[in-house]
Amino acid sequence: MSDWSKKYEMVVGLEVHVQLKTRSKAFCSCSADFGAPPNVNTCPVCLGLPGALPVLNAEAVRLAVRAAIALGFTVNPKSVFARKNYFYPDLPKGYQISQYDQPLAVNGTLHARIPGDADTHPIAITRLHMEEDAGKSVHDRYPHMTAIDLNRAGVPLIEIVSEPDMRSAAEAGAYLRTLKQILEYADVSDVSMEEGSLRVDANVSARLHGEPKLGTKTEVKNVNSFSAVERSLQSEFDRQCEMLERGQHILQQTMIWDASKGTVRPARSKEESHDYRYFPEPDLPPLLLATEFVKKIESTLAELPQKMRERFSSEFGITDAELDAVTADPRIATYFEGVARAHGDGAHAAKWVMGEVAAALNESATKIQDFPIRSTQLAELLDMIRDGKLSHTAAKTVFGTMRTTGKTAPVVAAELSVTQVGDDSQLEQWIQEVFAELPEESGRFRAGEKKLTGVLVGAVMKKSKGRADPKKVNALLGKYSS
Amino acid sequence: MRNIIDVTNESIGRATDLRYGPDGLNIIVATNRRSSIAAAEDVAAAYGSGTAMPLAGVPIAVKDNIATLDMPTTCASRILAGYTSPYEATAITRLRSSGAVIVAKTNMDEFAMGSSTESSAYGPTRNPIDPERAPGGSSGGSAAAVAAGIVNIALGSETGGSVRQPAAFCGVVGVKPTYGRVSRFGLVAFGSSLDQIGVCARSVREAELATYVMSGLDPLDATSADVTVPPLPDMTGSARLESLKGLTVGIPTEYFPDSLEPDVRAKCDAAIDKMRELGASIVNVSLPHTALAIPVYYIIAPAEASSNLARFDGVRFGPRAASAADLRTMYDATRSKGFGAEVQRRILIGTYVLSHGYYDAYYRKAQAVRELISRDFTNVFGSGVDILFTPTTPTPAFKLGAVTDPYEMYMSDIFTVTANLAGIPAISLPIGRVRGLPVGGQLLAKHFDEPRMFRAAEALEAALGEGAHQ
Repeated sequence: MSDWSKKYEMVVGLEVHVQLKTRSKAFCSCSADFGAPPNVNTCPVCLGLPGALPVLNAEAVRLAVRAAIALGFTVNPKSVFARKNYFYPDLPKGYQISQYDQPLAVNGTLHARIPGDADTHPIAITRLHMEEDAGKSVHDRYPHMTAIDLNRAGVPLIEIVSEPDMRSAAEAGAYLRTLKQILEYADVSDVSMEEGSLRVDANVSARLHGEPKLGTKTEVKNVNSFSAVERSLQSEFDRQCEMLERGQHILQQTMIWDASKGTVRPARSKEESHDYRYFPEPDLPPLLLATEFVKKIESTLAELPQKMRERFSSEFGITDAELDAVTADPRIATYFEGVARAHGDGAHAAKWVMGEVAAALNESATKIQDFPIRSTQLAELLDMIRDGKLSHTAAKTVFGTMRTTGKTAPVVAAELSVTQVGDDSQLEQWIQEVFAELPEESGRFRAGEKKLTGVLVGAVMKKSKGRADPKKVNALLGKYSS
Repeated sequence: MRNIIDVTNESIGRATDLRYGPDGLNIIVATNRRSSIAAAEDVAAAYGSGTAMPLAGVPIAVKDNIATLDMPTTCASRILAGYTSPYEATAITRLRSSGAVIVAKTNMDEFAMGSSTESSAYGPTRNPIDPERAPGGSSGGSAAAVAAGIVNIALGSETGGSVRQPAAFCGVVGVKPTYGRVSRFGLVAFGSSLDQIGVCARSVREAELATYVMSGLDPLDATSADVTVPPLPDMTGSARLESLKGLTVGIPTEYFPDSLEPDVRAKCDAAIDKMRELGASIVNVSLPHTALAIPVYYIIAPAEASSNLARFDGVRFGPRAASAADLRTMYDATRSKGFGAEVQRRILIGTYVLSHGYYDAYYRKAQAVRELISRDFTNVFGSGVDILFTPTTPTPAFKLGAVTDPYEMYMSDIFTVTANLAGIPAISLPIGRVRGLPVGGQLLAKHFDEPRMFRAAEALEAALGEGAHQ
């Protein structure tokens, strides 16, 4: 496969569905929780029973507006729900309640950040609208039958539609990662592609570099991770370039990503080209949002990643790579800030949060909010390192015990007797003992053979069971060398 | 007061009388003696212990498109054969807590699509006044149930006159409340922006009482209005011959075309004279966009219906066509067998007018014209007119099978669809008979002005007295 990017330019626009984390569904009071037995979280409304009517969940509106503000959208004072009509067994009413020509919000911008890239990439987002999810068809549970689970039917979603502003798979990946990060900071969704709370449809086309007109696009579906989005875009782009190169036309169609083969295949014709017959939903009045309502949500919105990054940079003076790491997740960022504030040394805090803490979370599959060492407790441990009370090695041991016992650093250090010894008289005593035990080496050292310093420090460390402060031992030894 | 259980039993006795069943007038499609008696016993116990109940023990029949427990809700359609709702409409819940006892479900045009009750899967209902004639529709069963004396109050539903037109044909009172006055939760949707639960009753005051009991904001219906429910009428004594002094009644010229049957016009003129005698000032007014109402209605209602009826797909409830090869075939077979001709016609019209490339020319245009029709009323009511008076229908009841052209059938709603398009309240009451057939007069009021509408209607009812049925 040749590298087509020299000749052709990739053009990508993304449609992202995000499930809002409300307690109840968008139009009824059923629980929106996952994992219940099939069809337990249902009622006449989300089952689409005759005579049932939808009533809009105010919490879903608040979360959607919060997402819109976080993504720099203009929230429309009036938006209108519309019915998107199509038949499918897991769509109980035969239509999906969505928004069409009057969406909740328009004209957003996202500054996509590619890790290691100093500049951000501004990408225009056309619209954000609210809609309800469909149920789930289960095809593999009963032979020759399809089972339907409507627990998910009516769960609130927002759909975020970008302009075709991305020019590479990496840029599309960056858009998605930044989008996920912002929505996590705004606390509107679990944004997990694996669990289906974030879903991506990618529109992609290819054109010669310099060509102002867009090529015919295809839509890539069935992608379930950000890296799969990148791989599927590359694969589809390559396919289009090969066709263009052979003088063939691109068909506007839906492509299905096959993760196991790492290729795309055309969807069956039935899976596409509906006339959805949109019209305003007569069961729901237009959604009118007062300026004060929007302002109030804006005022309660948490600090967003870009702003937090800038603040951490000026407040703690840490590197870009450290900023990337500690701001990736809002809860990690909050934890880091707690450690850095209490301890005072941001770089030291970043090193530990990215190192020991991240490894521990990873190893035990724990989330930071459930991590037993609180930020102030970790700061206390870092203080002890700074003050020479613990060696780095001893600190790691103490950290491990803190995790399992929940005890504080000074308590654990005392119990394990690993507190570093910096007391001159004790160190001097150990040095004299080492001199006595190693007359040969100490004699040569005293005669000026400085390279033996390491051997002697090592011996003192061993004698002290690792508790001696190696810097001080070094300094004390210096005066014996002529 | 007579024993509540006895009253219920007598009413069920009439509802199950063979004369009103499928081999007779075909008014009643379902009863459930055991649950009705049980409900009556509960009411009797509560009433006996002093609970205030404005409808204590009053038997009520309910159109088959309003969700009730214990009796099927089939919309007179094969596609809902055997379907019983697992929940109850808000209107029914409110009637029950006021002491009403539901005794029967009544026949109707399939999915309320029709003006004669002939499109019912159960077969047509016959008009109790003349069994050769249609009772009107779509709430033909409810109007006939009151006319036949099975119940004094029956619930219907309106999308374009489906309570008022059959009420006029059967010689009873029919009310369509303001859109949003009564919750639609549990009313199987036809045209959601037009639908309202309405009441057929023997008298204006009974209709008023039942309407108000069902009224008020419902958190389960986002289109229900947060408007104070007027005080319930005093049910003692006979109809009040109140003065209409100070009331301005508008007579819209468009509702009295040259083609109007002279006998119907004469009955209307007599009713207008009565109102004048009661002190009302009568003025001629114009609602210039009236002629556009039928075309607009037959775009908007089918458009909404095509979407509302998508849920009848054989997947979750109702009969499913057996042994279909694939999903598409199952849908096609289920819906082709399940829906009757008129319902299919409207689904097709509705699907067409919402289709890509036709939406602007039909649906969007129709909504714009609907706004003009609405504004006609706003203008007239804004010019000092309190109430409008019109004939309810251009003719009295036609013979069963006589109207075969769908368009001709649609025209029988010409004087009633405007109130649904504008969302205003309207009432039809008997104003006399022509060739032995009832003629209805219609009063229209502005949004949520039911109290004035009922007051005028009751005064007219009292003034006409026995003349309303002669």
